Amino acid sequence: MPMHYGSQIEEHNCVRTTAGVFDVSHMTVIDVDGEDATAYLQTLLANDVAKLKIVGSALYSAMLDENGGVLDDLIVYKTTAGYRLVVNCATRVKDLKWMAKYAEGFSVAIQERPGLSILAVHGPSAISIVCKILENKRFLGDYSGDKVRALKNFQGIELKDWFVARTGYTGEKGLEIILPSEQAPSFWDALLDKKVRPVGLGARDTLRLEAGMNLYGNDMDENTSPLSANMDRTIAWEPDDREFIGRRALKDHQLEQKAGNLHILVGLVLEARGVLRNGQKIICTQRSGKIAEGTVTSGSFSPTLKHSIALARIPANTESCQVLIRDNITPVRIVEPGFVRFGKRIFT
Amino acid sequence: MTLCPENLKYMRSHEWVRIESNGEAVVGISDHAQASLGDIVFVELPEVGAIVHLKNEIAVVESVKAASDVYSPVSGEITAINEELLESPEMVNKVPYDEGWFFKIKLSDEAELDDLMDAESYSEFCNDS
Repeated sequence: MPMHYGSQIEEHNCVRTTAGVFDVSHMTVIDVDGEDATAYLQTLLANDVAKLKIVGSALYSAMLDENGGVLDDLIVYKTTAGYRLVVNCATRVKDLKWMAKYAEGFSVAIQERPGLSILAVHGPSAISIVCKILENKRFLGDYSGDKVRALKNFQGIELKDWFVARTGYTGEKGLEIILPSEQAPSFWDALLDKKVRPVGLGARDTLRLEAGMNLYGNDMDENTSPLSANMDRTIAWEPDDREFIGRRALKDHQLEQKAGNLHILVGLVLEARGVLRNGQKIICTQRSGKIAEGTVTSGSFSPTLKHSIALARIPANTESCQVLIRDNITPVRIVEPGFVRFGKRIFT
Repeated sequence: MTLCPENLKYMRSHEWVRIESNGEAVVGISDHAQASLGDIVFVELPEVGAIVHLKNEIAVVESVKAASDVYSPVSGEITAINEELLESPEMVNKVPYDEGWFFKIKLSDEAELDDLMDAESYSEFCNDS
């Protein structure tokens, strides 16, 4: 996946206004089947796969280590045979090792699927364009479009050896399509024929940042508690007796959080000129008047809002923030982490 | 393939200079520079009347990727700035050698021009770096 195919900003705007396609085949697809698949994933993941009631439904989860650090974030889909996980690319080797280690004692088959490609098509017109193409006999034929059109958000469907789901990383409507790699080039070409624009890694990053979505390695990693990464709602505490990896450590993180000692991940908005960048130091004035330090974890220019936005990790109880940009101390506004949804500004 | 017009002089830090008929120098950043930076979203310019010296940091370009300083390729006095760039920074990406110019300088030492690269040397310099 290149950084861009010409202009990052034009690609970004295209996803917000019409449709763009991302070749995210670098991401890792792992199928988990076998009679203990559910019990195994209930141990492995901080979210609970028991929430997945019907085949095709999707769940976002953290995979934690024993210290409650985030090993990876992933999407898990329920399939006819078991489950399908889509994990990050840079974490592939680590994840597979971890998954193999904790599979001991469970009757599960963990199989990486390198023969599959993933194309994500997002934007206001993405679903209707994809459905028309799918109905072509070269791909999935009659009625496949109707089935995909009927999907709700975070739902997917198995169609022959394809998997099509209403999930994504942009804050727009769209689909993630997991398909046999030998069919991916012709499907890609069919999308481009319908004026769907190829979108690079640069715009993928600005789109997900506007949507307020975390990027593994930037906004969280093994040294971060999910409670410090705005992932509280992805931890399934119920049922009480589900002993997922990291649960005990998270209990301590919760105590720290209650005491106000755990940092939080917030959104920052810079309406003046200048761009917030990853790693910039933030001067945080606490309610007590004390000064503490925070860090920009993901910062960029927002092409939709035409000013800079960021995700930043700051101490709890911070009242106001200033960022040091090129030797200038600049005030920035703290907002909920989430800036744009369906093409519109969502923070106040 | 990046563009390096023949009638310009270039600096190693990727600024270009064009000498106008009145002897003033027009300065911008090269096609190679704008392509490496990616989409440019903000430009900061010097003030008209400012006295600048060779290799002073006098302007800033911020792209989606990074912030980068723009150095003065010559010494002298700033006589004009391209205020259009404040509203339309994408001009630097689209027409770096025309409407994408940054500022004009009244030279204080014309001999400094001799130390700049011509199009051929600059093109080689970009290919090697």
